[in-house]
Amino acid sequence: MSREWARPIPGADGVSSTYWEAGARGELLFQQCPACGNRQLYPRALCTACGETPEWVQASGRGTVHTFTIIRQNYAKPFRDELPYVVAIVELEEGPRLMSNVTGVPADEVSIGLPVEVYFEVAAEGIGVPFFRPI
Amino acid sequence: MIAGIGLSDYPKAPDLDGVQHHVLAMQRALADCGVAKADIDGYVGAGGSGVMIDDPVTMAEYLRVDHTYIDSTMTGGSSFEFHVQHAAAAIKDGLCDTVLVTYGSDQLSRMGRTLGTGGFHRAGQRIGGPIQYEAPYGNSLVGAYAMVAQRHMHEYGTTSAQLAEIAVGVREFAALNPDAMYRDPITVDDVLDSRMIADPLHKLDCCVISDGGGALIITTAERARDLAKPPAYVLGAAGAQTHWNISQMPDYTECAAARCGPIAFERAGLTPADIDTIQFYDSFTITVLMLLEGLGFCGRGEGGRFVEEGHLRRGGDLPMNTDGGGLSSCHPGMRGIFLLIESVRQLRGEAGEAQVPDARIALACGSGGWLSAIGTVILGKEHP
Repeated sequence: MSREWARPIPGADGVSSTYWEAGARGELLFQQCPACGNRQLYPRALCTACGETPEWVQASGRGTVHTFTIIRQNYAKPFRDELPYVVAIVELEEGPRLMSNVTGVPADEVSIGLPVEVYFEVAAEGIGVPFFRPI
Repeated sequence: MIAGIGLSDYPKAPDLDGVQHHVLAMQRALADCGVAKADIDGYVGAGGSGVMIDDPVTMAEYLRVDHTYIDSTMTGGSSFEFHVQHAAAAIKDGLCDTVLVTYGSDQLSRMGRTLGTGGFHRAGQRIGGPIQYEAPYGNSLVGAYAMVAQRHMHEYGTTSAQLAEIAVGVREFAALNPDAMYRDPITVDDVLDSRMIADPLHKLDCCVISDGGGALIITTAERARDLAKPPAYVLGAAGAQTHWNISQMPDYTECAAARCGPIAFERAGLTPADIDTIQFYDSFTITVLMLLEGLGFCGRGEGGRFVEEGHLRRGGDLPMNTDGGGLSSCHPGMRGIFLLIESVRQLRGEAGEAQVPDARIALACGSGGWLSAIGTVILGKEHP
């Protein structure tokens, strides 16, 4: 999937800029609450369980496919030129889940439970977007 | 209680814009029950979705509703189930007497059929808010529901043929509705042979894209006694939300119907066994399965077998989407108001060939977003 970035670009905000900047360095972050231990993604200014301010933790980058679909129709550029492709919910081994694409494997060979690991593409300066491929 | 109902023209009305759908539906709802426009003192809408001038304050001005109560709750397709709950509470609390709810969309004539698979963002566009974590990956609206279906199949062995059965049953009712978009009978094989849009959902697992509009007049029981049509009483209503964006769904095989359903049934003093007909949000076949399980019409994970048993079919003990549903008849972007209108038609005995014999209690359940915000309304023909 190495190409010039033509997809929508995450608009880094007060919280997400830390997440995307880590991605640009090749690190996947999640959040953990120092008060209650809750782990979460997407990153927020508060812990969704107790309302305290969460801390950043670096993830191993490994996880499994929790669920997925193979997109076979999408009229929007640039995705229409990449059909079919896999959109998945990946569950990190630390627990939090995120949406991503699973690449590097024929779409029809992706299944729930497939072990995957993260890699990044740079969407813009300071914005590294996580993708996953089979381990 | 719901005193008046009105539909604009569907499934295709190229001469109407979104606001005209609102207006036509309102005119027909007023004529339906004999309420004068000047008697409306509450306005509710979920606008801002298709045409940006249909946000509720603008619509209240356009329609010139001098209200003392306004609600612009926007939970996607389920907005109108939330609206009925809110309007009933507002009327009970004396904030107003007579509430108008309107919806209108020229989705098909204006936007074509790209809602489900058109993408929400432009290439290279900067995306803020929580959707920034999903926008780079090219998911589609269909894809979000497909991931729920995939997980349901994984956990419970639900099959594509079982999901297809839902589309087949709804098409059976569409055949009885002269206005429905698609009326020719289909089989399970037709669904399975239709093009895959986002695995495991085929084209015929997906709702149509249409134009359309609807309106409700909700008023006091006292006032309803003098009106033209028999009222449909709100016996119990409740709504709940588990997430908005699909990546945040806490459990991909359970939706907020599991939370708001029991509340609605408790308020009505009823159980699923008391319901004569259901009007469910059928954006996709999997949506129906999730609502059936969530509301307790069958056990969790048993939805596939339940639909195979034929309960939802014409002549079954729980006929569903008797107007042909979103799967075959009318889905202009947000379908929730049509679920309520068809429920009222059933309770009045106005459903023609699709009439459920002796329908006394109807349940409408809307799903908004990506099985995100679920609203349940139980209506009855007798005063509670």
